[in-house]
Amino acid sequence: MDWLFNWMPEWLVEFPQIAGRNLRLMSRTIDQQYRDFSRAWGDSIEAFFRPLLDFLLWFENILIETPWWIILAAITAIVWFASRSKKITIGSFVALVLIGVFGMWEDTMRTLSIITVCTLLAIVVGMPIGILMSRSDKLQATVNPILDVMQTMPSFVYLIPIVMLLGIGLIPGLIVVVIYAMPPIIRLTNLGIRLVDKEVLEAANAFGSSSWQKLVEVQLPLSLPTIMAGINQTIMMALAMVVVASLIGVRGLGQPVLQAITNQYFTQGVLNGLAIVAIAIIFDRASQAYGQRLQRHREASHG
Amino acid sequence: MAETAIKVRNLYKIFGNNDRAMVEKVKQGLSKTELLAEYGHVLGLRDINIDMPAASIQVVMGLSGSGKSTLIRHLNRLIEPSAGEVLVNGEDVLKMSAKQLREFRRHKISMVFQRFALLPHKTVMDNVCYGLHVMGKSKAEQRKAAARWIERVGLGGYEDNYPAQLSGGMQQRVGLARALATDADILLMDEAFSALDPLIRTDMQTVLLDLQKELAKTIVFITHDLDEALRLGDKIAILRDGEIVQQGTAQEIVLDPADEYISSFVREVNRGRVIQAETIMETPAPASVAASESFPVEEGTVLEEVARRMTEEGIDNAHVVDDAGKPLGTLTMRSVMAGMATPVLKEALEEETGVAEAEKQPS
Ligand SMILES: Nc1ncnc2c1ncn2[C@@H]1O[C@H](COP(=O)(O)OP(=O)(O)O)[C@@H](O)[C@H]1O
Ligand SMILES: [Mg+2]
Repeated sequence: MDWLFNWMPEWLVEFPQIAGRNLRLMSRTIDQQYRDFSRAWGDSIEAFFRPLLDFLLWFENILIETPWWIILAAITAIVWFASRSKKITIGSFVALVLIGVFGMWEDTMRTLSIITVCTLLAIVVGMPIGILMSRSDKLQATVNPILDVMQTMPSFVYLIPIVMLLGIGLIPGLIVVVIYAMPPIIRLTNLGIRLVDKEVLEAANAFGSSSWQKLVEVQLPLSLPTIMAGINQTIMMALAMVVVASLIGVRGLGQPVLQAITNQYFTQGVLNGLAIVAIAIIFDRASQAYGQRLQRHREASHG
Repeated sequence: MAETAIKVRNLYKIFGNNDRAMVEKVKQGLSKTELLAEYGHVLGLRDINIDMPAASIQVVMGLSGSGKSTLIRHLNRLIEPSAGEVLVNGEDVLKMSAKQLREFRRHKISMVFQRFALLPHKTVMDNVCYGLHVMGKSKAEQRKAAARWIERVGLGGYEDNYPAQLSGGMQQRVGLARALATDADILLMDEAFSALDPLIRTDMQTVLLDLQKELAKTIVFITHDLDEALRLGDKIAILRDGEIVQQGTAQEIVLDPADEYISSFVREVNRGRVIQAETIMETPAPASVAASESFPVEEGTVLEEVARRMTEEGIDNAHVVDDAGKPLGTLTMRSVMAGMATPVLKEALEEETGVAEAEKQPS
């Protein structure tokens, strides 16, 4: 191959790239500008999220301060009422008892509280975006690529701008998790509404429904199974991100895992990892069973 | 016939991005196939003009793809026309603002759909309540009116069932009750019975005719089935490829089909159920008739009914009378039978006699 390289000009052999000096200059300028922006706005942004932090801390406190058996009973009851399935309920109960026995109760409560708050936040922000997207093809065409980027961007990259802006702590952690977990709920709300039976929608129109009435009476109820699938995925994404977010100071089951990695504590890593899996399964099965129960009217039994 | 409730004037509908410009080309005589091949637009409706009478059933009939659904959706503006006017009780539907249109749909016009289009997550009761709910009526009012209509369409006891738990016929009863519950004067029915089994369909036609006797609504009924059209329609319009090819009463269409296309439709029709006594009676009316020789039949009685009564009474003659009982003309068993015979049968018979006569002729 040498003869080939010999007669070719330099720029055909090595990829012609921006000079290292210029590249460094560019990165430095952008970083500097972002840093200035952070310095100017960081505090007000943090103040803006302050109520959220208070709510999160309050919720976390309740979960941790309340005697364990009350929480255990409450979670078991919630799982029962959501799923009405003995198998799922007993499984959840056993998993929680094991978590307690192996000394992971407090961390689990922290993770539980941040997951709950993040999921609620992702729904509150994500569903309206999904609804707007379902009404405009243009918006859909704009938002979809953004969601693609959000979902494929390595999760660690999210941490950088947030940490630069807000430093290390619960709020940046919360924001990272919400941003990471939001795409599925946006996508599936949009999809679910777009898949609603056109004839039923036409009937709603023919009776003079306003767009709000159509949304509440027809579109949301009929797209509920799809939206529930979105919520389910959002919970799973949030759980995955909670571990990564422990890098920036989010406490919970993620931190012992992190510790285990740096110190090569194999057992501790596996135990905490299993606790996360257990929470994931509880959330997943309970929310799916709840979603299916909402669909009972589709069963075609003559009654 | 009664006054006109719905007037459609010079209505054109072309599907495509540049429909208004295409209207001009269609007016200049471009055909449906040319429009599609040369410009990629679909001709939905071409120059539709209909006057739909109040308090009666206007049927629009045509084969699949002829534009029936497109036409009926213009009446409550679920579809925007490319050109033309739609006047409902003198009001131009196309000039209504979004808010006026909503009010119009809530109070003046309601609709029944081919595949029922019920809300699957609501019970029968809540489905029938839907129109009233949209109007903003109180829960108690909604339920009271809905319960009455559920009872009226024969679904009492099924209030708490979900649509998926009901048969097709029952689901369409829910659809009908939902439409009637709003008390709108105009009822649009797009192939409302087409998805039902034949027996259930006949059943539902009877339900509709019974209701209509009592309610006297302005009904626009779409169907692809000629028998259904003839049974229900006070007035019938026939649509082909987006154009109206004939309008008239059932009798007018059966006796005088406008072209080959319609003749092919009506050839096999049971004429005894369509043609009325006064159409074939012989005039002038007799000055006096003896009760033993002839019995009276009212104007508007169909031939099948006359024949049935002749057989029952054992009398071969009848005379047609008007509302006041004044004789208008006479009928014989022979003329009734001839009136009931289908052209197919007539042609077959004529051919046979023709052959017989030809054989008699010495060559
Ligand atoms: N949204 C649409 N876009 C393009 N073509 C349409 C649309 N809706 C209906 N058409 C066409 O218009 C014609 C009439 O359709 P339709 O009114 O549904 O017929 P029918 O109800 O008599 O079966 C058909 O050729 C159909 O393909
Ligand atoms: Mg149709």
